[in-house]
Order: sequence, then structure tokens, then C-alpha cells
Amino acid sequence: MRYFPNSENSIKAMLESVGVKSIEELFSSIPRSNLTKDKVGYGKPLSEPEIIEFFKNLESENKVKEYKLFLGGGSYFHHIPEVVNYLSMKGEFVTPYTPYQPEVSQGTLQATFEYQTMISDLTGMEFSNASLYDGATAAAEGLLLAWRITRKNKFLIARSLHPEYISTIKTYIKNLNIEFDFIDYDESGKISKEDFDKKFNEEIGGVLIQSPNFFGIIEDYKWIKDKIGESKTLLISVIAEALSLGILKPPSEFGSDVAVGEAQSFGLYPYFGGPTLGFITTSNKKFLWEMPGRIVGETVDAEGKRGFVLTLSTREQHIRRERATSNICSNQAWCVIRAAIFLSVYGKKGLRELAKQNLIKANYAKERIKEIGIKIRFDGPTFNEFVIETENAEEAYRKLLDKKIVAGIPLKWFYPEDEKGLLLTFTEVNKKTEIDELVKALEEIK
Amino acid sequence: MIKDREPLIFELSEEGKSGFSIPELDIEEKNYIPEELLREELKGLPEVSEVEIVRHYTALAHYNYSVDEGFYPLGSCTMKYNPKINEKTAGMEGFLLSHPYSPYELVQGNLKLIRTLENILSELTGFPFFTLYPSAGAHGELAGMLMIRKKLELRGNPRKIVLIPDSAHGTNPASSHFAGYDVKEIPSGEEGYLKVETVKEYLNEDVAALMMTNPNTLGVYEREIKEIAEALHENGSYLYMDGANFNALMGYVKPAELGVDVLHLNLHKTFSTPHGGGGPGAGPVGVAKEFEEVLPVPVIKEIDGKYVPDFNRPNSIGKIRSFYGNFGVLIKALTYLLEMGAEGLKKATEFAVLNANYIRENLKDTYELPYKTRTLHEVVFSEDSFKKYGVKTVDIAKRLLDYGIHPPTVYFPLIVHGALMIEPTETESKKTLDTFIETMKKIHKEAENNPELLKEAPHFTPVRRLNEVLAAKKPKLKYKEEEE
Repeated sequence: MRYFPNSENSIKAMLESVGVKSIEELFSSIPRSNLTKDKVGYGKPLSEPEIIEFFKNLESENKVKEYKLFLGGGSYFHHIPEVVNYLSMKGEFVTPYTPYQPEVSQGTLQATFEYQTMISDLTGMEFSNASLYDGATAAAEGLLLAWRITRKNKFLIARSLHPEYISTIKTYIKNLNIEFDFIDYDESGKISKEDFDKKFNEEIGGVLIQSPNFFGIIEDYKWIKDKIGESKTLLISVIAEALSLGILKPPSEFGSDVAVGEAQSFGLYPYFGGPTLGFITTSNKKFLWEMPGRIVGETVDAEGKRGFVLTLSTREQHIRRERATSNICSNQAWCVIRAAIFLSVYGKKGLRELAKQNLIKANYAKERIKEIGIKIRFDGPTFNEFVIETENAEEAYRKLLDKKIVAGIPLKWFYPEDEKGLLLTFTEVNKKTEIDELVKALEEIK
Repeated sequence: MIKDREPLIFELSEEGKSGFSIPELDIEEKNYIPEELLREELKGLPEVSEVEIVRHYTALAHYNYSVDEGFYPLGSCTMKYNPKINEKTAGMEGFLLSHPYSPYELVQGNLKLIRTLENILSELTGFPFFTLYPSAGAHGELAGMLMIRKKLELRGNPRKIVLIPDSAHGTNPASSHFAGYDVKEIPSGEEGYLKVETVKEYLNEDVAALMMTNPNTLGVYEREIKEIAEALHENGSYLYMDGANFNALMGYVKPAELGVDVLHLNLHKTFSTPHGGGGPGAGPVGVAKEFEEVLPVPVIKEIDGKYVPDFNRPNSIGKIRSFYGNFGVLIKALTYLLEMGAEGLKKATEFAVLNANYIRENLKDTYELPYKTRTLHEVVFSEDSFKKYGVKTVDIAKRLLDYGIHPPTVYFPLIVHGALMIEPTETESKKTLDTFIETMKKIHKEAENNPELLKEAPHFTPVRRLNEVLAAKKPKLKYKEEEE
């Protein structure tokens, strides 16, 4: 076995040194009754070529390469620069543990500090943590943060929040005596002011708004902060497509107290949904001590030289035990390094350009689809996705699949009563010719 | 060559430089959305060229110690070698480019992979069902405790308390808390393992479950686990086993056979997927048959040779996160499992235990071994042998860095004063262990003869000992141009 570096002789010498005759003797503290009699047998060890063959076979059962994909809904296709792969794959980034020994972990720590700077500037916030699992758990952690700070257990959540985020929030809060109500959306696809007015009161701990929302609509929600006014309620922005921050107004400009979301778009492949990269940022220094997860901070060493460490750790599970702000320990550290490299590559101008291309391509597609007489469900402004209506969405979806096109996501998957909606996504990787092809195919099946 | 100081990427930024390359827009630009929704220029991002980016992150890489570089004996972290073939299989385009909302018929490979991994983990642990979605060990604990709570609710009463031995993992209390439970710590006793008699003293109708790490953080096997499971079941409570230390048990013990109801594993520990500097990991949870109905959604079903995710499960705890978990990590773990085979895993466990005992045997006359009970995959020493020189555990750890060795886990478990918790894993040679042992002995001598040397350590790392108090007192969490 190539991962065992000891020769027969070394093993013998070690057994002798320990003072046992056989390895089995080392297991004598396990009572006989505890040892399994059932042989573990799921197959013989495979060699490297056999393993590659095994996975190539599995890979070939995924047919995604033959199709034109217009998929998003919280996981996006964007061009990942080769240097992101090249640099992040270095063993020094892939194979260390959590940087508990900062003197030999400055690489991970500094890169994370750079990421924290980038993500907090993109959201317009002051402070970021060093990552959460994904957008869904980030939304849940954002809500729990507001719960700890306001000590109020009633929340308002936009019905247009990503349905998987809503499900995850439900799972997370179920046993904590926290309740929430939905705020509806209006015909433009935006948060309904009327419904907000009906449901908002001073007892609300936080309001969660996603923009662009699950239907792709960009919210203009400064009014929410104005209505919250002097009450202690926190405004929490959720962003499922972090690239939108490249061109759209950041949460800070809407008066958000906390911004959470999914940054998969910054250097991670869709990868069947993971690894992902959850983020949480806040504008308020007082909230820092209630933040979940790892945080990297700048400091100096014994000689006054700049260095970075994990900090504010008395919030965390290993110290504060059951009173910790979250139970999170391992997070998505390596994804953070990829995001930092990705954002360095695109930089100030590139990220804006990338975001602009998404916006223009998707809106071009929307215009063309409207031209052929297909209804766009909402008239609100959109970034890189939007909902179209067909007579029978699943049927249309199937017909397009026969034409080797994956026409987004049938909304019925999430909202059983929704027979008509298809959520279509367009990013910079979809060429104009591809978009035109989709439009033509949509026209043909009409 | 390691640079003395690498600036922040922002300090390399200059107006007009760029590192990106994307095609020109093939569509005419128009103002599609109102101006007032657009932001001003992105101030936080740097402007740097590709070559600067490569040099910058290469310099940062040099500042990191890693398993690829050398011995990394962090206790309870199982820092084994990460096979390179894992990256090859996980990097196949058909996986990377598959979208979680693809129609199921286009991602049969992924779904089959999930089922295959579930089956192998079932085989290894004896549990009929697994969920692979939790993204880390602590996330698995939360999912597991939520399942226990749901199951108790379905039985009529969720109960109030979770018992946790003082030798358990740090995340256990917090995970129980977020599942809505109060935590009661119970003493593990002088011999380092929990007695069924002790557990019985704490049992009453409020006890929902006991969360037990086995082998525990002392490296000691919980030899009364079967009796404890029986006592819990008699009381209507469940047994949760933290399987972070499963590297000590493969091929020897199937936790389900002991009466464990719920177990989580750490794929980034036992099954060699890398730690990535703190994730992404995966914390699959195995459950006994009666828990099938409460598994998180979706459950992947095989129907007429096709794999289909089943979301329609009324008693499920719901979604624990988006999509299908850290799928890429699952590919790596499956790769490792296939390469090792069942017999390879058993060998891995045996060599891991041999390596740990070799270290124990050779250091026990130098360092104080607070628990004499036989240990499996790790060994914990205390500060008692060097405290008298005015040297702390942290000083020993920092001095190890000077010798190019990553220190063990320190100050954990809390039941050992100034703990040094050492887990070598099976992928280290006798030579490496000998070097470590010699170095530890040498440092102990230095502690006696020249304690200042240790207190000022490390001397030869890219930065010297860092001021953690300052970092917490004046949190500086992002770069700001004006301050520099």
C-alpha cells in the first residue's frame, strides 16, 4: 500500500519497542464483545488506473457536456481563470489544518484577511468572518445573529428568498423558539410594501431580503430601513449571486446591518452544489462579538512585524462551549483562498465588466424572449436571471431537453402550484449565438 | 526561498493594471436597468497583473506549513497524507461542470456516486442509512442531534437534556445547544473512560441522548459503550457517537453493532480528503433503521436502475444546507475508500494505532502521561513534567516549530492540564516518528536548561510569536488604505 511508509522491519522494531507481540494486542482495550464479527468487504483495493477508469465511467454518466445550459438559482457558471486553479491547488493551501499555529500559517491567514477585505468592501460592510458553509446556512446564521443581538424571536422573511435557504432556516431555528412570517412580493416581483406594512412591528428581530431575489428581481429596498426607523429590528440582506455585487448597489446603501450570502461565483465550479462559500458581513462593530465562525485579524509579532491570527475566539465553540455563537468549526477555508485569487484576477475593472456582461446578456435574452410573445412573469429589473411563463413549464422544459437545451429551472420543483414558471439564467459564458438558439427553440415549441 | 515580508495584494495595486482575460461582449450595450440601482466603482478590489498574483500567492503558500511538507501530529484532527489521485478524480470536468439543478437524467453519475459512498460507509459502520450533506463534523453533529430530537418528538416528547462527557469534542455542546437542548457535562473518571454506573446516575426522563466521542479525546476506547447504550435505551434515550476518531476503529468496530443510534464521520479526517486550511470538509451521518424517516432531504432512491432524489418525506428534519453538500469532498473520500479497500482501511487503523503507541512508549518517561489506560490512535501528555521549569505547553509547541515540526493539539482535552495531544496517523514512517521523539526529548532538556529559549520561540519562522491579545483588543479585520 503506497500510503504506508513502514517496512516489515520497521514494524517489527516498533512492536518490540512498544512491548507487544502483534498489532492485534494493541487493541486489547476493546472488549471482545465489541469487535465486529462481520467482515467489512466492499471490494478489493483498486490500483490508480482502475480508479481513474471507475470515475471516468461515473463521469460519463453525467451528460451535462452535450447540453446548452441556462442554469442558476444560487449556483452559477462563470469563467474561472486558470491561475485560480493553479495557485489554489498548491499543497501548501490544500493540505494544512485550520491555522491554529499562526507562525506557520501566514499564507492561509493573510489570504483570508485579503478575502475579508474584498468581501466586506463588495457588500459595503466593515467586518467579515472567514466563511460559512454556503448561502443557505449563512442566511440561517444571519438570522441567528440578529436573534442574539435583538433578543427578539419574530422575523420577517421575503417569500422571494431562495427556497432552499428558507428550508435551511426552518431546520436551523425549529427548536430555538424562533418564528417567522413571509412578506409577499407584488406583481413586479419586488417585496410588497403593503404586506410589509401589515406585518411589520417593533417586535420583529430582523427582516431578511434577498436581492437579486430568487426570481432574479433586483430589489430597491431603502424604504424598508426607513420604515424600521428607530426600532431595534435588523435589516439582513441575502445575496445568492455574489457577482451581482460587481455592478449593483451594495447592501450598505440600503441601510443593511448584516449581509450574508453565497460566493460560489467567485472561483468555484457549480460542482453539483458544493463546495460552496457562505459569507457573513456586518457594518456594526458591536455585532462582532456575536459573529459566527472564524475571524482573521491583523496584529504584530514579538519584533513588531505585521502578521495575522485567528481572533475573537472566545465567541467560539471550543472555548465558550454550549454558549458559543455557533457550533461551526471547519468551514470553507480553501474556497476563501480561491475567492481571494479570483477577485484579485478580475480586480476593480474586471469584476465590473464580468457583472456587466451578465446583466446585458440576460437582459438581451429577456428582450428577445418577450419579442416572440412569451410572457416575462415580473416587470421588475433583473440581473442575470428572470422567470418566463409558458402554458406548461415542465412540458416546455422536456421539449427543449430533447433539443439538448436545459431551459433553466421549472419553478414547480419548489412551488408545487406553479405550473408555468421557468427560471432562466444567462452569464458571460453563454454566447449570443447560444441565446439566439434558445430563443428560436422557445419559439418552435410555442 | 522564503521572502521576509509579503505585502498585501492591495499594496501591489496600481491604477490601470489588470489580470483578467474574457471575451469582448458580443451584444450591444444598453441601459437595461435604472441608473440608481448601479453602484459606483468597486473600491476594495486591487488592480494587479497576473504575474504579480502568481508571485504573491506563491509567496503566501511558502508561509504555510502543510501535510505535504511534513509531520502534522494534531490530536483528534487525523492529519494523514492526502493522496494526489483524489484531486484527479474530483477534478474531472463532468463533475465540476454539473449543476445541482440539472435534470436528474443528466446527473446520474453524481447520484450514483452519492449512493455508492453511502453504501460503503454503511458497510464500514453497520448503519443502514447515511446522509452525506453535512459540510463538516460539527454540521453533522447538528444534523444528528436534530434527527434525535425529531425522533423523540414523534414519540411524543423531545426531552430536555443532552449528556456530554468531559472527554468529548469541543463542538458537541454547541451542536446540542443549537438543537434546542441543555447540556450536562459528566465526568469520564480516573481511568479515562466513561462508566455505565456514572451514566446511570445522570439518567432521568429528561435525558434525550448522550453524545460520546469514541475513542475519546484521550485516545481511550470507551469500553463500556455497549452497556451505556443499553442503559440509555432502557431510559428511552439515544446514543450519539462522534466518529471523528474513527481512524482508530476501521475493520475492528462497527458502531451500529454496539447500540449506537447516530454517528457522524469526518471525511476530511479519516478518509483523507484534505483539510484545506480549515475546510471544506464533510460530516456524513449514519443512523439506525428507525431514523430513516427523519433523514434530511433529499434521500437518493434507486428506482428501476435510475437514481432519483426524494424530497417528499413528511417526517424529515428538512434541509440542512443547500444542494447536495460538499460534493467535491465526497468524490475524494470515495476515491480513497476504493483505493484502500476494506483490508487497506483495517491496515490503516492498525498502523495508526501502532504509530501512536510507539510515540507513547518512547516519550512516557520524559513527559507526564496522566492516564495510564491503553490508548489507540492518539496519546495525551500533560504539562506536569516541565511546568516546574516555568515553561508552558504553548512554549513547547512554539519550539517545535523551530525544528520544522507542526505541534500537537494543545490545551485540549480540558481534563488534562496543559495537554499535548498527539495523533501521528498511519502515514508516517518510523524515521519521522524517531525524529519527532528525539526532538521532543531535546526540547524537554532545553526546558530544563534554557527555558528562555522556549519562551521566546519560535525563532526561525516567517513571523515570531504573534500578539493575539492585541488582535482581539483592537480588531483589525480588513485592509484600509488610509491607515497604511
